[in-house]
Amino acid sequence: MKLQLEVNGSERAAEVMPLKRLLDVLREDLQLTGAKEGCGEGECGACAVIIDGQLVNSCMVAASQAQGCKVVTIEGLATGAELLPLQRCFIERGGAQCGICTPGMIVAAHCFLQSGKAATDANVREAIAGNLCRCTGYQKIVEAIQQAAGIQPPDVKRLAVHEEGTR
Amino acid sequence: MISQVEVTSARSLAECYALLAQRPAGLRVLAGGTDLMVQLTAGIGVERLGHALDIWRVPELRQLSFENGTLRLGALTTYAELIESPLIATHAPALAAVSREIGAWAIQNRGTLGGNVCNASPAGDSLPLLLAAQAVFVVGGPRGERQIPSSEFFVGYRKTALGADELLLRIEVESDEQAGRMVYRKVGTRRAQSISKTLLAVRAQMRQGVLHRVRIAAGCLGPVPMRCYAAEAAAEGKRFEPRSLPGARAPVDASEVAAVQAALDADVKPIDDIRSTAHYRRRVSGNVLAQLLAELSGTTA
Amino acid sequence: MNAPVNSARAAAGPVGTSPPRVDGEEKVTGRARYLDDVEFPNQLWGRTVRSAVAHGRVKSIALDPAFDWSGITFVTAADIPGENLIALIVDDQPCLVGVGMEIQHAEEPIALLACEDRERLERALKHVRVEVEELPPLLDPLASQKVFKKYQLDFGPGASAAEKKAAREAAFASAARVVEGEYRVSHQEQMYIEPNAICALPREDGGVTIHGSMQCPFYIHRAMQRLLALPEEKIAVIQAVTGGGFGGKEDFPSVIASHAALLARKSGRPVKIIYKRDEDVACTTKRHPAIMKLKTAVAADGTFLACEIDVVMDGGAYVTLSPVVASRGVLHAAGAYRWPHALIDCRVVQTHTIPNGAFRGFGVPQTIFAIESHVEKIAHEMGLDPLAVRRKNCFVLGDVTPTGQVLRWSVSARESLDAVAELSRFDEKRAAFAQARIDHPHARKVRGIGMSLAHHGAGFTGSGEDKLKARAGVELTATGARVLAISTDIGQGTNTIFAQMAAEPLGLPMSAVEVAQPDTSKVPDSGPTVASRTLMVVGGTVAKAARAMASQLASFVAERHGVPADEVVCTGGVFTHAAPGQAPRELAAFAEIAAARLSQGPLVCIEQYKHPAGIHFDDETYAGDAYPCFGWAATAVEVTVDLDTCEITLDRVTTANDIGAAVNPVLAAGQIEGGTVQALGYALLEEHHWKNGHILNTRMQNYLIPTSLDAPHIDTIIIENPYPHGPWGAKGLGELPMDGPAPAVLAAVLHATGQLVPVLPITPERLMNAIEGQP
Repeated sequence: MKLQLEVNGSERAAEVMPLKRLLDVLREDLQLTGAKEGCGEGECGACAVIIDGQLVNSCMVAASQAQGCKVVTIEGLATGAELLPLQRCFIERGGAQCGICTPGMIVAAHCFLQSGKAATDANVREAIAGNLCRCTGYQKIVEAIQQAAGIQPPDVKRLAVHEEGTR
Repeated sequence: MISQVEVTSARSLAECYALLAQRPAGLRVLAGGTDLMVQLTAGIGVERLGHALDIWRVPELRQLSFENGTLRLGALTTYAELIESPLIATHAPALAAVSREIGAWAIQNRGTLGGNVCNASPAGDSLPLLLAAQAVFVVGGPRGERQIPSSEFFVGYRKTALGADELLLRIEVESDEQAGRMVYRKVGTRRAQSISKTLLAVRAQMRQGVLHRVRIAAGCLGPVPMRCYAAEAAAEGKRFEPRSLPGARAPVDASEVAAVQAALDADVKPIDDIRSTAHYRRRVSGNVLAQLLAELSGTTA
Repeated sequence: MNAPVNSARAAAGPVGTSPPRVDGEEKVTGRARYLDDVEFPNQLWGRTVRSAVAHGRVKSIALDPAFDWSGITFVTAADIPGENLIALIVDDQPCLVGVGMEIQHAEEPIALLACEDRERLERALKHVRVEVEELPPLLDPLASQKVFKKYQLDFGPGASAAEKKAAREAAFASAARVVEGEYRVSHQEQMYIEPNAICALPREDGGVTIHGSMQCPFYIHRAMQRLLALPEEKIAVIQAVTGGGFGGKEDFPSVIASHAALLARKSGRPVKIIYKRDEDVACTTKRHPAIMKLKTAVAADGTFLACEIDVVMDGGAYVTLSPVVASRGVLHAAGAYRWPHALIDCRVVQTHTIPNGAFRGFGVPQTIFAIESHVEKIAHEMGLDPLAVRRKNCFVLGDVTPTGQVLRWSVSARESLDAVAELSRFDEKRAAFAQARIDHPHARKVRGIGMSLAHHGAGFTGSGEDKLKARAGVELTATGARVLAISTDIGQGTNTIFAQMAAEPLGLPMSAVEVAQPDTSKVPDSGPTVASRTLMVVGGTVAKAARAMASQLASFVAERHGVPADEVVCTGGVFTHAAPGQAPRELAAFAEIAAARLSQGPLVCIEQYKHPAGIHFDDETYAGDAYPCFGWAATAVEVTVDLDTCEITLDRVTTANDIGAAVNPVLAAGQIEGGTVQALGYALLEEHHWKNGHILNTRMQNYLIPTSLDAPHIDTIIIENPYPHGPWGAKGLGELPMDGPAPAVLAAVLHATGQLVPVLPITPERLMNAIEGQP
């Protein structure tokens, strides 16, 4: 089928099988490799994108269902060199380590911040519960999202120990 | 092969019926994709798949309305819509609550109630609530429309009473005010993105201080999501205080709860599987049922 | 004396601060290119044909004649030019099981296929006919007679084993209490979110270049030399941006790289192999399961007198890294405590299951789970406070470990316990939760709080680092410097801390320091990215090389400007003359000096790591200084247990980790929090179910790692008790956080319910069985 859709504000088209996963269309046909495959079954959220304003896992969307839709991927969040405050907070607060979950995580976090819900620990964690991270333990991700919402997270606690008579 | 599967992206119910009338070989319905697309990626059912009917844009399948004490939910109602709907919040808040425990946000945006119903998995999280609500499924096809009570819909493991040329159109659920408050508890494997180990749903009204029209349904306790008729009979006309695990820390006479739990035990057929054990499921479903009955009796804090 | 660290180190460089990670921008914009994001021209996809049985002999391998094989590359063991081997420690693991050879585990690779069309390749897999004579598999490690490696530590007064035994038995005989226990842990899957991914490209010189997701490029390099019968210089291994490793990409990439390389060699085209999640989980290495028996003699006041510990680890089908895992396990098995007498036996054995390998902690999470759970058991049986028992027995400066190592520096066991006890309000909650159970005996929810103490040797064990001779350094560039090391950033922040540790001695801003991509043909071998060594050992070596370069540059500037070299200082990328008693005078910008110096030729400073003097370990007797230093961690876990369902909710976790010095506190906290949550998954959620040597749960849907709702809020304290020979006082950090949380969970559940569940994961099913008195 001839798939025509808007991606990150631009009209795009591709000749694809109708059941091809949108994730694969983005990565292979449109050279947008930001969305990742971590599990192929909608558990990890590494493939998350925004379709018509809604957070979805692109590994579960057939190409035919994306016809005429407005899609936003991680590549479409920053405008040129200008990062979103959310992205800046992720870099500063240690929200990204290996980075493979980061595109999907930031897309989900962006949707959360757009929703206007209070950025409490519980609300933030529920919003990203479909994005698995194995590196961070989520703490710094939650802090980064809260910081982007204007809540200043605490600094890292440090305690110096001085030994007398080290041999 | 996936590349040889024909896809019909229907834009109307009539278009769906026209395709169904042809009875194409290997037909599967594609709604939100949260089940079918995952199966196809995993290579399950790919060989058998001949034709996919994509109903995602069929407007007749989307509705969320309330009339005469009954909620009418189109088959394509997503979990996110249930969560955000003021009608659901007013008339069946348990449906919104369980929707929050299904998958996570991205899944909730695409997963549909109709998909949950037609997949008929014993672990389908909405199904015990729909059964306890005695929901009616309205189905339709080229041969016309009919209503199937939810208690007659799940005929076997992942098998429904839907005809080969029929589609689920909508689900009709009586409101809490009309049929009684609905409560449930999902016991999952973790706090999000989890498949249930057991899920109990109970609906009942309070009349003269006792439970009336008790409806109990369970998931993951047998090959199909099931009504628990013996447990319903044992609970009917009674009132329940919060109880403890029988024998362990029971403070007062626990015999009425024990009777309901024994009846539930007779209703269910849990198995050992990757997620849990039959013993755990039995014990937990009994404890959860006691807790839910106490909640409906208004005796818990 | 302990004090909060003043993080404003005026006029100091970036070390000790938290500059944003150098690869942050590419990661948050989706521009970072992982292996699967890169398309190689003319590439083929590769797949592996695997054994369907756990044990057997291959009788024949054939292609179904009814299938169209045109355009499909097919490789078997017969195609291997060099040795049919995955070279690592012991030469026992074949690359491909050939005709007549024995299959030793399910999913063992037998043949390889490559094709341009991915869908066709999937179908082709089903048309390779492998005939196997099935043999009964040995699946129970306790029944296995094939020992890969065993160790014994025999510590105590006495010149001979017999004397030590007599003294130990006397201690047992006279003890107020002898406490015995058995503890079991099983497999854990690393579950990096990026599955294994490799591309092999054939080269015109007959060699091969390997790109991919990996921790240790030189492991692959060495393995390829033997597999392909190629000299060093004809193989290049280059790390791509890697989406997590945790040990799972330490040794395993040699396997997937060997498959890609053989297919590339035969087809003459690049071959990319990307595992889907279920293949990755089904086929790759896991944490070693272990069965641990402990017997301890304790005095009435809780003083530890003697211990006998027996550990059996399941290595799976091939040796891989088992000797090293068992080594670390045995060296930590007695915990962070003084034992006058200790006999510790550890053996790792073969079973016909997937070979086990490296996973963060590497033997220590297993044995620390056992000893820490056992300390809880001791306290519980003797009616003692477990925190008091730990304080009483834990190592202090000057103590001796079971290998006879005197702990000469940087010991923070007590400080970790105290910091956590204070921040978590441990004693107060301990009393309050216990009182709540007395006041409300029929409550359906009970709360508990538990603590653990862990330690972790930093760097390779014993003489490992000396043998390795890790080399790393810096190269002068037009605008600053480039760090040269094969150490990889797999998320932990290697590239950032290397830049910090080079920038500071050189007096450069971070932005002027880049880190070379790990490429075996371009950078020195700084050793594998494992063993909590990257910052301490390699970073320290990078810093040493940076100091050497700074000194050389200072001399160059001195000569150029006619000032004494020891008065030349570079700060913020500007060379100044700092004469005593005078205001500093600017001499030149770094770029100007670099250009001048580079016009004479390149400037590369490489240093080799050496243990500080006086650190000595005997590999034969396993006695001496097992590690140059240890990290220390205390963890408190607070839980609520729902007695109706036995579900355990993590309410809060408090952890203090002594890492010597925090080179980058935000990255360090990230490592601590990440490791803690992995360990909480180990404690409560993560389990493989097996049938006939096959893993049943191979998907993210059914092998469960913590989500953001499962992970609790973590209060982290970084303790900085400097290791005098560590760079800026820093010690290893990556694995320490993995060691303590699981037994702390056990302790919390014990406190809440009175049940000690000596098996991980502590699932609701297991807890229910314990409460009901079922096995």
